[in-house]
Amino acid sequence: MKFTSVFDIIGPVMIGPSSSHTAGAARIGRVARDLFGRKPKWAKIHLYGSFAETFKGHGTDVAIVGGLLDFDTFDERIKTSFELAKEEGLEFEIIPETANKEHPNTARIVLGDEIDELSVEGISIGGGKIEISEVNGFKLRLTGGMPALLVVHDDRAGCIANVANCLAMHHVNIGHMEVSRIERGLTALMVIEVDQNIDDRIIQQISMIPNITKVSKINN
Amino acid sequence: MDVLFRNVRELVELADKENKLISEIMIEQEINMSGRSREAIFEQMDKNLVVMEQAVERGLNGVQSVSGLTGGDAVLLQKYISSGKSLSGDLLLDAVSKAVATNEVNAAMGTICATPTAGSAGVVPGTLFAVKNKLNPSREQMIRFLFTSGAFGFVVANNAFISGAAGGCQAEVGSAAGMAAAAIVEMAGGTPAQSAEAFAITLKNMLGLVCDPVAGLVEVPCVKRNAMGAANAMVAADMALAGITSRIPCDEVIGAMFRIGQSMHPSLKETARGGLAATPTGQALAAKIFGSAVKVD
Repeated sequence: MKFTSVFDIIGPVMIGPSSSHTAGAARIGRVARDLFGRKPKWAKIHLYGSFAETFKGHGTDVAIVGGLLDFDTFDERIKTSFELAKEEGLEFEIIPETANKEHPNTARIVLGDEIDELSVEGISIGGGKIEISEVNGFKLRLTGGMPALLVVHDDRAGCIANVANCLAMHHVNIGHMEVSRIERGLTALMVIEVDQNIDDRIIQQISMIPNITKVSKINN
Repeated sequence: MDVLFRNVRELVELADKENKLISEIMIEQEINMSGRSREAIFEQMDKNLVVMEQAVERGLNGVQSVSGLTGGDAVLLQKYISSGKSLSGDLLLDAVSKAVATNEVNAAMGTICATPTAGSAGVVPGTLFAVKNKLNPSREQMIRFLFTSGAFGFVVANNAFISGAAGGCQAEVGSAAGMAAAAIVEMAGGTPAQSAEAFAITLKNMLGLVCDPVAGLVEVPCVKRNAMGAANAMVAADMALAGITSRIPCDEVIGAMFRIGQSMHPSLKETARGGLAATPTGQALAAKIFGSAVKVD
């Protein structure tokens, strides 16, 4: 079931003109920033399908940049996000692609700074609702509607149990979890949706577990 | 947490069995699924209602979009209603003008509440604030109007689609109009079954409607599609309240909408490459706004 709340239907409160192309786009940008964990210095924004065809008219570009600046869907600053990005030192490039993706409203954002970079692919499924479909090459399905943890780790026995144990110790309940890997024995990714926001102390503890290479979170 | 209803049949059966309003079933499901309190849920919906009121008010005062394609029609309609010459009736035109007002604000990048999307944000509040003047509902009843709309939208979103990019305008303004019709029926004292009939009658008359925005902007024909969506909802609600039923059950109409949307050509699903967007005037407007020609299928 893609839509679980009445507020997916009556809502969000947002800046016009399009829930899928403006509000959804802003959300994809904001989740990408959340996953990156801090303000990026640069971003390459690839647009596909209807996003690529109509982004100018819908403000998809200003919305994604607004999201990267941590603006919510109803934040009036979205309208002037290009200027604000310049002031905040965020360099960005909008790249309309001709390739077809499975979903017509797809954006892939590669963002980074001098330390790290991250690739996030998101789809806008209507009414402002989104799904993150890929992170750094890992296929996944993340709605951004629940607080979540993304844990990149070496594909070794015990990793998943150790992370689950750490969450259990802090009384964090796991609502949904999936694990994927690109190749056996190499790098794997845990996506863990939880019932409450996770504080940085827990993130730090998880990142100290052996074989864990990177931990990021989305709060809600 | 389990959902209480997955389709309109289950929604109506549950409401009948427990002798509850559809809005109440939606509220109970939201409490179930989110774990939040009834008060918190009501408060959030009340905030959405406030945003809708402000958008209508702003639009009725006159707005203009950046492209210059839309704005000011809500004002024209209100003046016309005041002249006393309206043929289709003041209440109907009031709903139409308030739907237009909301979408004009949306096109001008103003703040709106998506119902179920931004492109279709005018229909539900437009009809609500018009019917309000006739039925004098309490604040709670107005909030319930949004929950009833949401219940039907919830079914469509999970069984078909609600965006023009995915299923054409039938999925977007079509769903909004059906949602509004169902909610009008409940506010007017109709039964849950009558709400479902109103939804079915409305959506049947919007089947096949394509999403073909000129220059890719949510303006032409979106604003006037919201106008007609509101009119469609009002008339269908009256038909259902008169006792008229749909020969094709509501869930099957939604199924038909889904299959029509799937078979719709991509040029007619918000890509601005077909339909009205591909007309000579549509093309000329796009070229004027963006300073270059656009691709057409």
